[in-house]
Amino acid sequence: MNGAIATAPPAGIGAQRSGTLSQVGYLAQRSIVRTLRQPAIVISSMIFPLFLLAVNSSGLAAAVNLPGFPTDSYLTFALGLTFMQGALFATMGAGQSIAEDIQRGFFNRLQLTPLRGPALIAGQLAGVAVQGAFQGLAYLLVGLAFGAHLEAGVAGALVILALSMLVSVAFGSLGLTLGLRTGNGEAVQGAFPLLFVLLFLSSGALPRDLIANDWFEVVTTINPVSYLVEAFRSLLINGWDGEALALGFGFSLAILALGTFAATAALKTRMERT
Amino acid sequence: MNPFESRFGRSALAIAWRQLHTMITKPAFLLPSLLMPIFFFVAFAGGLSAVSAAPDFDYPDYTTFQYVFVLMQSAVFGGVFAGFSIAADFEGGFARRMMLANRNRNAIIVGYAIAALARAILVWAVVSVVALSSGAEVLGGGVDLLGIAVIAVFLNIAALLFACGMAMRLRTMQAAPLIQLPAFLLLMTAPVYVPRPLIEGWVATVSDFNPITAMLEAGRSLIIGAPADALLAIAIAAGLIAAMATWAWTGLRRAEAAG
Repeated sequence: MNGAIATAPPAGIGAQRSGTLSQVGYLAQRSIVRTLRQPAIVISSMIFPLFLLAVNSSGLAAAVNLPGFPTDSYLTFALGLTFMQGALFATMGAGQSIAEDIQRGFFNRLQLTPLRGPALIAGQLAGVAVQGAFQGLAYLLVGLAFGAHLEAGVAGALVILALSMLVSVAFGSLGLTLGLRTGNGEAVQGAFPLLFVLLFLSSGALPRDLIANDWFEVVTTINPVSYLVEAFRSLLINGWDGEALALGFGFSLAILALGTFAATAALKTRMERT
Repeated sequence: MNPFESRFGRSALAIAWRQLHTMITKPAFLLPSLLMPIFFFVAFAGGLSAVSAAPDFDYPDYTTFQYVFVLMQSAVFGGVFAGFSIAADFEGGFARRMMLANRNRNAIIVGYAIAALARAILVWAVVSVVALSSGAEVLGGGVDLLGIAVIAVFLNIAALLFACGMAMRLRTMQAAPLIQLPAFLLLMTAPVYVPRPLIEGWVATVSDFNPITAMLEAGRSLIIGAPADALLAIAIAAGLIAAMATWAWTGLRRAEAAG
């Protein structure tokens, strides 16, 4: 791969563009292959959210009896949160990968090539996007197989996959920032509980209007993860809800913009340091 | 004779002190075990309290209901996190030096167990402050609270012995998911969110046979001063310790054999 990067065409805007694209392609391929070669990561990012889905849909089934609960299937309701959990695993995967590259010296070797910073970030995120799409598809198929509803139909399923990719990439950019800032896989893993807080403090387990504690309702309202979960959930339960989808896609894009900016800054600092 | 003045006791204390020193001087090692139960408590007690309005929810206070779960969860994860330390010590080669230095290597397990218990006690203290200040009610008397403490301590020891056995068999940090996952599975298939009669599907069946269920239900009954099957829960916890002690001891023998 290094060789391929080193032979990227050096001159001309068009040539530079194709060089950058091929760099992104190689890094994306490496990112995907690397993920697939670590079954522990693939399995944990697939199994763990599905396990929680199975547990929550049984353990909290009584919640559907609450007045005003939007569906009679807690499995359908909980499935929205599962996509978000998958995205958080993608975050840690992206952060861990770049941190390992730094720890093992691969990052230093990359710096000897004409690799562009944006290509490095885009390549890593492309791998995360593919992971997000596969995870989204798996969660959706398993959910439907066990009786979840999909009110928005086949088109809704496609939107769910697109949102799953976007959310994974958005959180993946935050993971990249963490990995680039710390350069340490253990530190990235240590941050996992902190990211998990965003899930805990969201409307993932109950609709916001049914949360009994006022302070918790306020927290869930200002937590952007609530809107991401609700966007997934709207397609499953309500069909087409323009406001929920706009908020979900909007917050995803905002997080992606913020994460990419932070990752670019962290990459610049890291390159100066090495 | 004071057991901690013997060679065995001094070795165990030295190993425990090393763990506690690392925990105190490197907050990154302590914070996850401290923050996770608090996050769980805040999320469950804060976000799910409306579930207590579901028909047939038969427990007086949801915050208290979740407080007991988080106490038991902290007990389990105190042992699990100690297992990570054991695995890291084997991977880094320090455990091999400890084994060379100790004639009776059971002291290594006891040392880690003391550190795991100390970590759990610290987490229980913090979680209790958070829970009580956010409305958890303790209606049980001194004996009831002692019962909860015995169950939690026994559970912590059993979890540590399980993690120890796993870490000593695999002797690498790659063992971390294999230590964490079974503990997590056991915890989450107990009646976490609602009392057992309200659980539906496969979790309802699994929770009937899950040993954590008995401890959780006993703890929840003791804290409201209406003890139910507390002795059974203590007996189950003691049985778990016996089984996990064998698991840990055979793990130690494997580690010795591996050199």
